[in-house]
Amino acid sequence: MKLPDLTELALRNLRESVLRNSLTTIGISVGVASLVAMLSLGIGLQQLASRHLEKSGLFDTVIVTSRRDLRHNGREQNNSEPAPSESPTLDEAARAKMEHLPNVLEAYPDIRFITELRFEDKPHLTMVSALPESMKNNDAFEGMAGQFFTSTNADEAILQKSFAAELMGKDSKRGIDQYKAADFSSLLGKQITMRYAQRQAGAPVPETQDEKDVDELMDVPATAYSVVSREQKLTIVGIADLDPESMRGPTRGKVFLPLGLAESLHVMQPTDLRAIASSSSNQPTYSSISVRVKDPKQVESVENAIKKMGFNAFSILDATRSLRQFFAVLDLFLGIFGSLALAVASIGIVNTLVMAILERRREIGIMKAIGASDGDVRKLFFAEAGAMGILGGIAGVALGWTIGHVINFGTNIYLKRQALPPEHFWAVPWWLVGAAVAFAFVVSLVSGLYPAGRAARLDPVQALRYE
Amino acid sequence: MNSSSGSVGTERTAIRTHEVRRHYTMGQSVIRAVDGVSLEIAAGEFVALLGSSGSGKSSLLNLLAGLDRPTSGGVIVQGRELSKLSREELAHYRLHVVGMVFQSFNLIGSMTVAENVELPLRFAEVERSRRDTLALEALERVGLRARHDHRPSELSGGEQQRAALARALINRPQILLADEPTGNLDSRTGTEIMNLIREFNQQLGMTVVMVTHERVLAEKYAQRMIFLADGKLVDEQIVASAAAPGLEGRQP
Repeated sequence: MKLPDLTELALRNLRESVLRNSLTTIGISVGVASLVAMLSLGIGLQQLASRHLEKSGLFDTVIVTSRRDLRHNGREQNNSEPAPSESPTLDEAARAKMEHLPNVLEAYPDIRFITELRFEDKPHLTMVSALPESMKNNDAFEGMAGQFFTSTNADEAILQKSFAAELMGKDSKRGIDQYKAADFSSLLGKQITMRYAQRQAGAPVPETQDEKDVDELMDVPATAYSVVSREQKLTIVGIADLDPESMRGPTRGKVFLPLGLAESLHVMQPTDLRAIASSSSNQPTYSSISVRVKDPKQVESVENAIKKMGFNAFSILDATRSLRQFFAVLDLFLGIFGSLALAVASIGIVNTLVMAILERRREIGIMKAIGASDGDVRKLFFAEAGAMGILGGIAGVALGWTIGHVINFGTNIYLKRQALPPEHFWAVPWWLVGAAVAFAFVVSLVSGLYPAGRAARLDPVQALRYE
Repeated sequence: MNSSSGSVGTERTAIRTHEVRRHYTMGQSVIRAVDGVSLEIAAGEFVALLGSSGSGKSSLLNLLAGLDRPTSGGVIVQGRELSKLSREELAHYRLHVVGMVFQSFNLIGSMTVAENVELPLRFAEVERSRRDTLALEALERVGLRARHDHRPSELSGGEQQRAALARALINRPQILLADEPTGNLDSRTGTEIMNLIREFNQQLGMTVVMVTHERVLAEKYAQRMIFLADGKLVDEQIVASAAAPGLEGRQP
C-alpha cells in the first residue's frame, strides 16, 4: 500500500475508536511534555549560566603577560642563560597591536596595586584596581549602589562593600553577606584620599598639579627613574556588591578607579623594577593586559594569535569544559527522567494496538482474504502507531512549552517577592521541538513493532471465523 | 456436455488438487477437514461444492483461495503450486487471481460501499483517480452505483452481497470463489445474486467455485456438482439442465 493510502486508512481507524486512541495519544503527549519540560529546563539553565558567565567577562577575556617576566622569574639563579630579550615587552605598542587583532573588542592594561587610602584621617591598606568603561555592563556591578564612573578620567572611586564596611567601622570579616551595597550609600559622594607611589621617568616632575603632593621617596639614578609618593583625592560614586575573592581580573580588588585615571597616575607596580632592570625604553610597560574578545568562541584563535606575537596568553576557556560536562550530565539525567513518562506512554500504545487487533481481527481477516499482504497489514498498524506518535508529539511539545512558561512565570513571581531580578531559565529551541516530535514518532513505531507483527501474522481463516 | 467439460479439463485446467489434505489438531484428536481430495476444474466452469456442514467444503474452498495451506497434497491453480508460494506470493495470488464472496458478506463497516469495493485496488497500488472509476464501474455492474457512498450497515443483505461481488470483481480475477453466497439471503435476493454470479461466469468467463448446501441452487446454476462428506470427495455429477455458454437464453 502507498503512504497516502496508509495514512488515510490509519487516521480513519484512529477515528473509529476515538476515545481510546485519544487517551493513548494524550498519554504520549504527557510523556513528550515531560521530556520537553525537563530538557528545556536543562538547556535553559545552561543558557542562563553561560549568559551570566559571558557577562562576567570570564569567558571572553584573554590575559596576556610578558614571557620575559616569567623567564626572568624562573631563571633568576641561572646566569648562563641568555637574556630573554627576544621576547617583546608588554608596552603600549603591543597593546595597540593586540587591539587590532581580528575579533578583539578591546585590550586594556591590568593595573592593580596595594596602597593606602585615607578616609576621615584613618589609613586603610587595600588593593586598588582599575576598571575599563566596558565593565559598566558587567553583571558584577549590577546590584551596585550609586553609579558607575562618569568618565574614564574622572577622579572617582567605586568601593567593594566589604571595604565600605571597613571604612564605616563595621566588622568586615564576619557576616558581610548580611549587608547590602545599599546599606553603605551614606558613603556616596564622600572624599577619600589615595596615597600611592608614582614612577617617573627621567627627572622628578615638580608639583604640576596642585592636588598632588611631591614627597621624594627614592631615586634610581642609574636609569633616571624615580619613585615619588603622591596623593589623589577621589569621590566615592558607587558601592559594589561583588565578592572580590570570587572574581578574576580587574574586578578583583576592593577599591576601583577608572582606567584612564589609573593610567595617568603612573603608579609604581611590582613589575616596574624588572622592567627598569631590563628595558632601556622610556615607554611604560604593563604587568598584564586583558584582551576582550567579541565572542567566547573566538577566544582560542585570539589566544593563539597573541602567543604568536611572543606573549603568554591565558583564558579560562579550558575551565568551562568541565562546566559543559556538568550540563551534559544534567541534561542526560533530566532526559532520562523525562523519558520515563514516554516509556509508560509507549506501553499504552502497545496496549491500544493489541486491543485494536482483537477488535479488528475480522477486518484483518477480510483484508487478507481480498489480497492484503502481511506487509500491508503490518504497515497499516505501524501507520496507526506512527500517527498517534506524531499527534502526541506535537501536542506534547505544545504542552511542555506551556508548562515551562507557566513554571517560569511562577518562579519569576517568587523571585520578585524575594526582591531578585526575574530570570529566563526556560528555553525550547527549535531543534528540541523537532527532536521531541521525531522521538515520539520513533518511540511509537517501536511500540507498534509487536502489535503490527502480531496483526500481520494473523491466520486469515481463523480471523474470518471471528465474530 | 460431458465431453466438452472433459476436453476443457485437459486443455485449460483452472484448478487441480491432488490428494489434498487439511488436518487440524484439536487437543489430542485430529480433525480431517479435507482428507485426500483430487479434483480438476476447467477454466470457465461453474462448479458447486456440496455437502452437509462439517463436510469440509469450506475448508477446501479456503485451500483453493490460498487462505490456508494444505497439510499434504497439492493445489495447483493456473499452473501455480500454491503450497510452494511464499506468504507474500499467496497474498498476490489472492489479490489478482481469485476473488472471494462469503456468506456473511465481510464488508468493512467503517468504510463506505465504494471504499470497500476499491480496497483491493489500494493493496494493488492503483492510482486514486483510476480506483474511483473502476469502483464505480464495478458498482454499476452489480446495480449499486447509486448507493456507493453508503455504509454497509445502511444496505440490505442483498445489496451488501452485491457490493461484495463488486469488490471480488474489481481486480478482474479469473476465478470467483463463493462460500454460501446466498446463505444469509431470502430466496428472491438469493436468485438475484446467483444470476449475477452466472453473469460473471458466462459473460466474463470467470471460473466459479461455489460452496453451498442447497442442492436446488446448485442444480439450477452449476454445470457440475461435487459432493463432499467427512472431507472426502464422495460423488460428482454433471448437471444436465445447466446452461452451457450460449444456452443461457433458455433459462428462466
